Amino acid sequence: MLQIPCPWCGIRDESEFSYGGEAHITRPLNSENLTDEEWADYLFMRKNTRGAFLEQWQHAQGCRRWFNIQRDTVSYKISASYKVGEQPPQGMGNEK
Amino acid sequence: MKNNRLQGEGRINRNRPLNFIFNGKSYQGFEGDTLASALLANDVHLVARSWKYHRPRGILGSGAEEPNAIVQLEKGRLTVPNARATQVELYEGLQASSVNCWPGLEFDFLSINSLFSRLMPSGFYYKTFMWPKKLWMSYEHVIRKASGLGVSPELPDPDRYEKTYAHCDVLIIGAGPAGLMAALAAGKMSARVMLVDEQSEFGGSMLHSNETINGQPAQDWVSDTCEELASMQEVKLLPRSSAFGYHDYNFVTINERLTDHLPTGQKTGGRERLWKVRAKQVVLATGALERPLVFANNDRPGVMLSSAVMQYVNRYAVAVGQEIVIFTNNDSAYETAMTLLEAGLKVIAIIDNRINPGSSMADQLRSEGVKIIDQSVVVDVKGSKRINAVQVMSLQPGGDKVTGSVQTIACDLLAMSGGWSPVIHLSSQSGAKACWDDEKACFLPGVPIQHERSAGASNGCFDLKNCLSEGMLAGNEAAQQCGFEVDASIQLPVVNEVIFNRIKPLWLVPSMFKAGRGPKQFVDMQNDVAASDIMLAAREGYHSVEHVKRYTALGFGTDQGKIGNINGMAILAQSLQQNISETGTTTFRPNYTPVTIGSIAGMNLGGELFEPVRKTAMHGWHKQEGAEFENVGQWKRPWYYPRAGESMLDAVNRECLATRNSVGIIDASTLGKIIIEGKDSGEFLNRLYTNAWKKLDINKARYGFMLGEDGMVMDDGVTIRLEENKYFMHTTTGGAAPVFSWMERWLQTEWPELEVFLTSVTDHWATAAVVGPNSRKVVSAVCEGIDFDAQAFPFMSSREGLVNGIEARINRISFSGELAYEVNVPANYGLQMWESLMAAGEQYDITPYGTESMHVLRAEKGYVIVGQDTDGSVTPVDLGMDWVVSKVKDFIGRRSLYREDCVREGRKQLVGLLTLNGSDVLPEGGQIVEDPNASIPIPMIGHVTSSYYSANLGYSIAMALVKGGLSRMGETVHIPLADGKVIAAKISSSIFYDADGEKQNV
Amino acid sequence: MNMSKYSIFSLAKQALNFHEGWGKVWRNPEPKKHYDVIIIGGGGHGLATAYYLAKNHGVTNVAVLEKGYIGGGNTGRNTTIVRSNYLWDESAHLYEKSMKLWENLSQDLNFNVMFSQRGVYNLGHSLQDMRDIQRRVNANRLNGIDGEIVDADELKRRIPILNTSRHSRYPVLGASFQPRGGTARHDAVAWGFARGADSLGVDIIQQCEVSGFIRENDRIAGVETNRGNIGAGKVGIVVAGNSSVLADLAGFRLPVTSHPLQALVSEPIKPVLNTVVMSNAVHGYISQSDKGDLVVGAGIDSYNGYGQRGSYTVIENALAAIKELFPVFSRVRMNRQWGGIVDTTPDACPIIGESPVKGVYINCGWGTGGFKATPGSGYVFAHTLAKDQPHELNQAFSLQRFSTGRLIDEHGAAGVAH
Repeated sequence: MLQIPCPWCGIRDESEFSYGGEAHITRPLNSENLTDEEWADYLFMRKNTRGAFLEQWQHAQGCRRWFNIQRDTVSYKISASYKVGEQPPQGMGNEK
Repeated sequence: MKNNRLQGEGRINRNRPLNFIFNGKSYQGFEGDTLASALLANDVHLVARSWKYHRPRGILGSGAEEPNAIVQLEKGRLTVPNARATQVELYEGLQASSVNCWPGLEFDFLSINSLFSRLMPSGFYYKTFMWPKKLWMSYEHVIRKASGLGVSPELPDPDRYEKTYAHCDVLIIGAGPAGLMAALAAGKMSARVMLVDEQSEFGGSMLHSNETINGQPAQDWVSDTCEELASMQEVKLLPRSSAFGYHDYNFVTINERLTDHLPTGQKTGGRERLWKVRAKQVVLATGALERPLVFANNDRPGVMLSSAVMQYVNRYAVAVGQEIVIFTNNDSAYETAMTLLEAGLKVIAIIDNRINPGSSMADQLRSEGVKIIDQSVVVDVKGSKRINAVQVMSLQPGGDKVTGSVQTIACDLLAMSGGWSPVIHLSSQSGAKACWDDEKACFLPGVPIQHERSAGASNGCFDLKNCLSEGMLAGNEAAQQCGFEVDASIQLPVVNEVIFNRIKPLWLVPSMFKAGRGPKQFVDMQNDVAASDIMLAAREGYHSVEHVKRYTALGFGTDQGKIGNINGMAILAQSLQQNISETGTTTFRPNYTPVTIGSIAGMNLGGELFEPVRKTAMHGWHKQEGAEFENVGQWKRPWYYPRAGESMLDAVNRECLATRNSVGIIDASTLGKIIIEGKDSGEFLNRLYTNAWKKLDINKARYGFMLGEDGMVMDDGVTIRLEENKYFMHTTTGGAAPVFSWMERWLQTEWPELEVFLTSVTDHWATAAVVGPNSRKVVSAVCEGIDFDAQAFPFMSSREGLVNGIEARINRISFSGELAYEVNVPANYGLQMWESLMAAGEQYDITPYGTESMHVLRAEKGYVIVGQDTDGSVTPVDLGMDWVVSKVKDFIGRRSLYREDCVREGRKQLVGLLTLNGSDVLPEGGQIVEDPNASIPIPMIGHVTSSYYSANLGYSIAMALVKGGLSRMGETVHIPLADGKVIAAKISSSIFYDADGEKQNV
Repeated sequence: MNMSKYSIFSLAKQALNFHEGWGKVWRNPEPKKHYDVIIIGGGGHGLATAYYLAKNHGVTNVAVLEKGYIGGGNTGRNTTIVRSNYLWDESAHLYEKSMKLWENLSQDLNFNVMFSQRGVYNLGHSLQDMRDIQRRVNANRLNGIDGEIVDADELKRRIPILNTSRHSRYPVLGASFQPRGGTARHDAVAWGFARGADSLGVDIIQQCEVSGFIRENDRIAGVETNRGNIGAGKVGIVVAGNSSVLADLAGFRLPVTSHPLQALVSEPIKPVLNTVVMSNAVHGYISQSDKGDLVVGAGIDSYNGYGQRGSYTVIENALAAIKELFPVFSRVRMNRQWGGIVDTTPDACPIIGESPVKGVYINCGWGTGGFKATPGSGYVFAHTLAKDQPHELNQAFSLQRFSTGRLIDEHGAAGVAH
């Protein structure tokens, strides 16, 4: 049972949140110029990182805000929490 | 009957005798007894049969580690399978019986298995029962019947189970010396403390210890300390509570047993309570378990753990034997010997594998006439249902072989100690990696990963003095970590120092037989795993400890290998010529001790507690009218309203005819409703829906499709423009919550530049759809302030007015193709609005209808239901609804519609189906084929998504998704049914009624 | 190869000899310098692939590299349900191939995998569930797969302890039933395939973790491991729970996310449930093992996770569902729980075929249902590796389908209704 730090409300139990998967996937604007493969890359392909991972959560039973956290997908430890539109703390990223 | 009760005090209450029944026979025990201690007091040693070989088994231990004494408690609705007699508190009238034996415990038919045990080593079933192939299920039947221990209840559980959440600063698990001391320390610092222990009384080993604290018996210190703790406001004491799981983020699950110790008639309130605790800091003071020794026939009744023997004598005042031999490899059994002597029992000999184990106690024992036979081992015991002698041999120098002749010593009890294993289960579950300690011959808790620390015996500290000081340190530290200051007044109690000599590990006891031959030397008694099984697994190449566990079933029992696993791993290590840390341990998994399904399920059961029921404002009315209900998501919706003597079909036919011929009314409150406001609302809808929204006039309505980004239909509904920058969206009933979240997500994460505000108003409004040619007359009769003239209030528009003086919004939209108005009022006025409409409609015989008629009416018009006519693989184009898909703007899912597969020929398309015989109604989910006589597998070209008998048309209609369906109009296809019948149908347009759409425009 | 034939006779013979004469189930060889095919992942699927490569295609210079011990991942952590009643033709045919292999597997491997065809019920709790059941069972029958629809009354007759009360929150309206479905002994499947593959010359190398891929001229040439570099003509990746990690090492991405999935077992009790009961609507499934344990599967956690641990609420919900379906089990106690890592795909179907790297093939994305596919998966993947082209049964399961959009959506109907 995770405890998730909502940047708006503070630390709350996991059961108040819903999951949104990988963060920082930007929707392509010029989608008609993309090949099927390029579109599929946006649509389906995921980093699915083992280790430090930037991901989205919504505080569904709280402020209903979406936000990002960095969580280790093995230890489940959360090392950062930041608002949508903010950049992850330095040195963090889903590079792969 | 022999009475083994001693004179000594113990912790039983002799003023409260309790009667109980075991295997049909009546016995008496005392308050404070466990079922095990009461049985032993009555000289009942044979209590069980083993799982595989049905060997007679007695009580081995005294607590959670007990592998043998598994009983069925009570009968009928209150029965409990697989109770451990050592943990069952005795109460008046308790009934228990042995499990897994037939016809009885004394004579058990399947003990014949013992004779064939040579044929049944570990994994024998993988090697046989394969021929003839068809007989396997019969073999399996026999195997299954022989497996299992207790019997499942046959009736539903009458008891209630509760759950509670708790937060604390310091959670202390285990109330032995270390735990009590930790609680005292943290409690004095004013930390919020929870102290939990699985036993009915706090004190742990001190409840049966001979030691003194501050010059008084340890038991006195326990009561004083408990009293002091109970007086502290921030300290919560939880006896009879097993912490069984240690999860991430210091989340600990604890099962509290509330009524199991009470007589059947006095059990009131919940039976168990599941505590879900988030602790800032955890102190694990879970103690240690004694290991048995692995020699031939070590499973016979009368062979017991040394600590258990001491506990039965001191705590329960039970003499478990009269002439006792002790077999040990460490000093702790000498304390047992002292205890036995003090109780006036006869200790004949102590067999010790060590050379001259010269503790101070040894000298004292010798002086009292106890023979100490060093450098020796017990190689076998005599007696089947109760031992009568042990066989002892000397060890060769080096200690791994026996030598000389066998010495037989008559006795009725063998107390054994193979050393101690700290209970590191919870520490391991928390993520700490256990590490092997050669000196202490045990696994110790690893470096903490979470905010926890171990203290006392669970930390490998086996003497009282150090347990107390470790406990105090742990309590101080844990509370300090939570921001509290150490209370300087706390003092360590004064106890005698005891010097222990080093243990000499003895895993597989050598004997005159070659290892693995000779009588079985049991490692895991519950699962009948012997040392030879582990050696066999190793020999066959199962080298990983996990493979050995899975191959032999070592540690898979209800005791989860609490006493057998370490011996088993050590024997495996020996077989593989590794050291124990190389072999490693299997994973310690929750639950530490088994927990009822009832406790974990809690009260979320049966009806509304399983999942909340959502009811509309008119629910009571529907119920009164005798509606049958359908679950739609969490909602209860009227399905149809049968009148006396009507079948479902009769009712639906009547409702459909009445609606199309006069007027019907349906409760549409459950549809999702979302207000979208802000200057970019139109732009947002443009991106969300497949069609365009910015040019919609105020008070006009438009139908829209929402796609997933994969281009597949996700939801649909009508949205109304209320103001320049305000829209009112309808979603499907099931879509209300997910669509709302979907919209929030896009707004917040992808398009934060849009100024849009969302409000979910599904529950704010009660909605009645009044449908049919007379609907205008009905609605206008109850509604003020609106001009209902067909031109003034045209189809697909919306007006505000008053119903009974209450603000109302009337939408002229239709899901049936009829003239129809949806009347919305604030939910609290829903019933009043509904009743007004019913009254106004009386002269037109207004007919309430449910979801089934709604489905028929919309199908007559070919309107799709998302989730029924679509399945996540259907695009709007597949539904023949390209008209709703903009070619000029981007929207969610658009790019996907142009993928290779979405534009190919031959995709499934929505069509109508008319059965050749109009009275045949196709089954929804029927598969469509071209040639029903083709050989299997028969190619399928589509399936029936919706199908009904249409009373309005006088024949059945259906909708279907068919490959290339739109270019197959008029073709005959076939729908083979499960019963062998085949129904033929013609592909048609999916609009069956009023194709030109005139009726909704009148 | 030193393999003792298993039978009641060999068992009796060995018994006289204190079972000291049994050979090794598999050798424990040092890795060779080069193999024709390297299979990464010693779970059921990988071992089956190696077995069928050797048996059906004569490709025996094969190594299976396992970072831990064989069968230690999802193979040894699942709830052992076997069925083939899938909706779409593509999956139905693949799982049915698997079912046919299951039916002879013990004899084929000379290792009793205890495949128990006790039947599988999938319960329906809503009208849409029942429509979906109709659709699936009808499709199954036309595809030659056994299946029937059972109404609530008949269910009550067959499984008297099942709660079919109309007053439940989500009453059981009926079920689909596949009589040939059932369970098998999961560990035995891994061991049986390992023993079979080993006897045909395959090297099973445990404690061997792949840390990189070696390429030559755009083609795979071998792998880097903690036991040195090993050359390979072709490499098959079959590492459920770590597919994205290996794909990343090889230089490509997958439409896969990895999630915790939990399961738990009760204390052993005497036989009380003689079939498999699954309910998607209330999220629980249950069977009783030959040992007597009730085996309960819970739902997957929503978040990505490689920790083999899930959240406790998932367990609570699963057991509430089980108690709702089987009120008599309330007083039975749960003994042990654990977690695995499932690799889910957008259409709940596996990916079996070539990867973007020449000579590297991938078999992944089985989600929560890989165990039942073990023999079939190995069978078609072996074909794909041996022939460098897919078997007709796995053609539709290419990675390519995520670009073309030709998904095979086995999530079942969306369950949305007016």
